[in-house]
Amino acid sequence: MKFNGEKIAKYSLMLVAFSALASLLLIAVFILKEGVPFMFKVGLKDFLFSSDWNPQAGKFGIYPMIVASLYVTFGAMLIGAPLGVAGAIFLNEFVPKSVMRVIKPTIELLAGIPSVVFGFLGVMVLAPMIRSYMGGPGLSVLAAAIILGIMVLPTVISISTDAIAAVPNSYREGALALGATRWQSVHMVIIKAARSGIIASIILAMGRALGETMAVIMVAGNTVKIPQTVTDPVRTLTANIALEMANATGLAREALFATGVVLFVVIMILNAIALSAIKSRVRKK
Amino acid sequence: MRIPPKITQVIAVAILGTATFLTVVILVFIIGFVLSKGLPGVNAEFLLSAPKDMGRAGGIFTTLVGTVLLPLVAVAIAFPLGVGTAVYLSEYTRETQLTRALRFGTDCLAGIPSIIFGLFGFIFFVVMLKMGWSLLSGGLTLAIMVLPTIIRTSEEAIRSVPNSYREVSFSLGATRWETVLKVVLPNALPGIVTGVMLAIGRSIGETAAVIFTAGSSLRMPSSVFDSVRTMSVHFYILATEGISDEKAYATAAVLILSVLLVNLAAYGMMHRFISRRAR
Amino acid sequence: MIPLHPIKISVTDFHVYHEKDEALRGLNLEVRAHRILGIIGPSGAGKTTFLRALNRLNDLVPEMHVEGRVLLDGQDIYHPDFDVVSLRKRVGMLFALPVALPMSIYENVVYGPRLSGVRDRTRLNEIVERSLKSAFIWDEVKDRLQMSGLRLSGGQQQRLCLARVLAMEEMEVILLDEPCSGLDPISTAKIEEALTILKSRYTIILVTNNTKQAARVADETAFFLSGEMVEYGNTEQIFTVPRDVRTNDYVTGRFG
Repeated sequence: MKFNGEKIAKYSLMLVAFSALASLLLIAVFILKEGVPFMFKVGLKDFLFSSDWNPQAGKFGIYPMIVASLYVTFGAMLIGAPLGVAGAIFLNEFVPKSVMRVIKPTIELLAGIPSVVFGFLGVMVLAPMIRSYMGGPGLSVLAAAIILGIMVLPTVISISTDAIAAVPNSYREGALALGATRWQSVHMVIIKAARSGIIASIILAMGRALGETMAVIMVAGNTVKIPQTVTDPVRTLTANIALEMANATGLAREALFATGVVLFVVIMILNAIALSAIKSRVRKK
Repeated sequence: MRIPPKITQVIAVAILGTATFLTVVILVFIIGFVLSKGLPGVNAEFLLSAPKDMGRAGGIFTTLVGTVLLPLVAVAIAFPLGVGTAVYLSEYTRETQLTRALRFGTDCLAGIPSIIFGLFGFIFFVVMLKMGWSLLSGGLTLAIMVLPTIIRTSEEAIRSVPNSYREVSFSLGATRWETVLKVVLPNALPGIVTGVMLAIGRSIGETAAVIFTAGSSLRMPSSVFDSVRTMSVHFYILATEGISDEKAYATAAVLILSVLLVNLAAYGMMHRFISRRAR
Repeated sequence: MIPLHPIKISVTDFHVYHEKDEALRGLNLEVRAHRILGIIGPSGAGKTTFLRALNRLNDLVPEMHVEGRVLLDGQDIYHPDFDVVSLRKRVGMLFALPVALPMSIYENVVYGPRLSGVRDRTRLNEIVERSLKSAFIWDEVKDRLQMSGLRLSGGQQQRLCLARVLAMEEMEVILLDEPCSGLDPISTAKIEEALTILKSRYTIILVTNNTKQAARVADETAFFLSGEMVEYGNTEQIFTVPRDVRTNDYVTGRFG
C-alpha cells in the first residue's frame, strides 16, 4: 500500500516537472518557429541592416530600431552604471551598518515601481525639461536613456552590493593593517576582488534596459529614424514589437517574432555572460 | 606633487557620497512626487467605485479587481507547477548534466523581456487557442513569466532545509514522499511563499505582457474568459491617451502603494524565515 | 550461568563499498538479543558505516553498495523484496549530533507512530508519556510538551531523540552512533543508565569513541580498525585480555 503511494507521488511530481519545463520550452520553441523562418525568407542582411521599415509594403528593415536600442541602452548604462556602482561602494564601505539596513531595502523596494510610472514621469517632467533646455520634441534618446538609467539603478546597486559585501573582511583588514586609508583599501583591493560581480550587475542591468518596453514607448518618441543627436526621437526594438503587434498579420507578424528572436538571443547571451562571471568568482574562492 | 592619500580619500568619499545621495534623492523624489500628486485623489470612493466615462470620472474598482484576480490566476497555475518541479528536482533526482542544463535554461528564461511574453501570449493564447483577451490568457502568460522565479526560489528554500532532518525522518521509517510532506515542505514554506509574493509584486506592475493578453475591458469580469483591466494598464491608458492626469496620478499612487505593500510583506516573511533558522 | 541470548542480527561476509573504495571488509558478526554491543575503534574505522548499513540508511547515498548478508531474525535485510521502511521501524537510530525535528516535543515523539497510522489522541498521549519516561526526560518536559524541541539543551535533545525511537511500537533494535560525544557528563550518565535498563526490552548497538563508556555499559564489544573488525567478544575479556595486539594497543591508549 505504502509503495503505491510512493510511486504515485514520484510519478505525479515527475509529470508536474515535465509539464512546467515543457511550457517553458514551448515559449522558446514557438518564438523561434515563428521568427527564424522569416529571417531566411526576407534575408538576414535586409532584416538587420536595412533602414526601410514599411510592413504594408513588405519592407522589414529594423536597422533604425537596432541602433535606437543600442543607443538607449548604452546611454542608460552611462548613467546607471557609475551611479549604481558608486552607490554600492559608498553604502558598503563608508556608511555605518545601521544606515545601510534602512537604505538598502528602500532601494530594493523602489525596484518594484512599475515601469509605466517611470515612463509617465518621463513624459510629464523630464521631456518638457529637455524640450526647453535642449530643443527637439523632448521625447528622445536622451529622455529614454535617463529614465532607463534610473530604472536599472536598483539592479546595479543590489547586485554590486552583494559582490562587494562578499569580499572577505580579511582583505579589508589586511589592507588597513598595511597602513592604507579606507579609500585605498577600496580601490586597490576590494573593487578588484568584487570586479566580476560588479561587471555581472552591469551586464544584467543592460539586459533589463534592452528589454524594457513601456517606459521607452512613453518617452522615446517612437519615430522610425536613425538618430542624429540625443534629442532625436527613436523607436527601439521592444517599442516596435508593442506598437505593431495589434495590426500585424502574416509576414508582418513573423517580422515581430523575428525581432523577438533577436532580442531573445542577445539578452540570453548577456545573461549567460553575467551568470558565468558570477559563477567563476564563486569558484575562484 | 603627489596628493596625500588622506585628501584623495576625502575627494573620493565626496564623489561617491554625492552619487549615492543623488540616487537616493531621485528615487525618493519619484515616489514622493507621484504620491503627492496622486494621494489627494485617493479615497474610499475612488477605490470602490467603477471607472466612468473611460476613466475620466469615477474610481478604479474594476481595475483593482483585475489587479487582484490576474496574479491570482497566474499563481494558481504557477505555484503548484513551480513548487512541484522544485520538489522533484531537489528531492527525487540526482545532480546530472540534465538538471544543470534545466536550471541554466530556467535562469536564462527569467531574463526574457516581458514584451516577448506579451507577444507569445497574444499569438498563442489569444489568437491561436482562441481564448481571446481574457483573465485566462493573461493568467497563463503571467504564469509562464513567473514560473522560473518560483522554481528557483522554491528550490533554494528546499535545499536550505538541513539534511539531518531528512535523515532523521528516514531513520524513523518515513518514505521519501512522507519526508517531503512532513519535514521538508513545512520548513521550506516561508522561503517558498516569499518567492511567490515577490512574483505577485512583479505581476502587479506588469503592463506589457498584460495589455496584449488580458485586454483592457473596464467591466467587472464574470468568468475567466472575460477581459480585465489591471491598474497598471489603466494607468498607462489614462496617461498616454491624455484622459485625465488627475486620475492617472491617483491610480499611480495606488499602484505604488500596492507594490510596496506586497514587497514589504515578502521581506517581512523572509525575515521571519531567517530568524527562525537562527533559532 | 547466564543463558545464551538468541541471535538477533547475523552479519556474514559483509562488504560495503563507496564507489570503488572498500569501506567495510569481510565482516562477520553476531549480535545477541537483549544485550548491549559496544563498537570501538579510531575515526574512519568504518563503525558508522556499519551502523548505517544495519538500518539501510546507506541507501540514501547512491554511491554506496554492499555485498554479503545481514540477517535480522533470520531474514536478509538486503533482499530486494525486503521492506526498507518496515526495517527502519524495527531498527532505530540515534545520531552523534542530537537532531530534534523543528516541531514541538510532542510532535517529535509522535512522528513515528503517526507514520504508522496511529491517530487516536489518547493513545498518542500514552505513547508520549511512556517514551519520555523511558528516556529519563519526562519530568523535565512534561509541562512544556508544546515547546519546540529545538529549545532543549543538547543532552535533553538527545534524550528526546531516544524517546522518539522508543515511541515506535515495533522497535526491536536501537543503534546509537556516538550519542554522547557532545554531551556533558550528567547527560551522558543519564543516557547510559537508560540504555542499561532498556536492554531488557531491546537489542542495543552502541558505537563509541570513548572506550571507557564501552567498558561501563557494553556486554560485548567489537573493535574495528580500517574497515575490518579486528576482534569481538565479551567486554571484560576485550579490555583485560584481548587476543589481538592491535586491540590491546587501542584499549590501552597507545593510539586513539
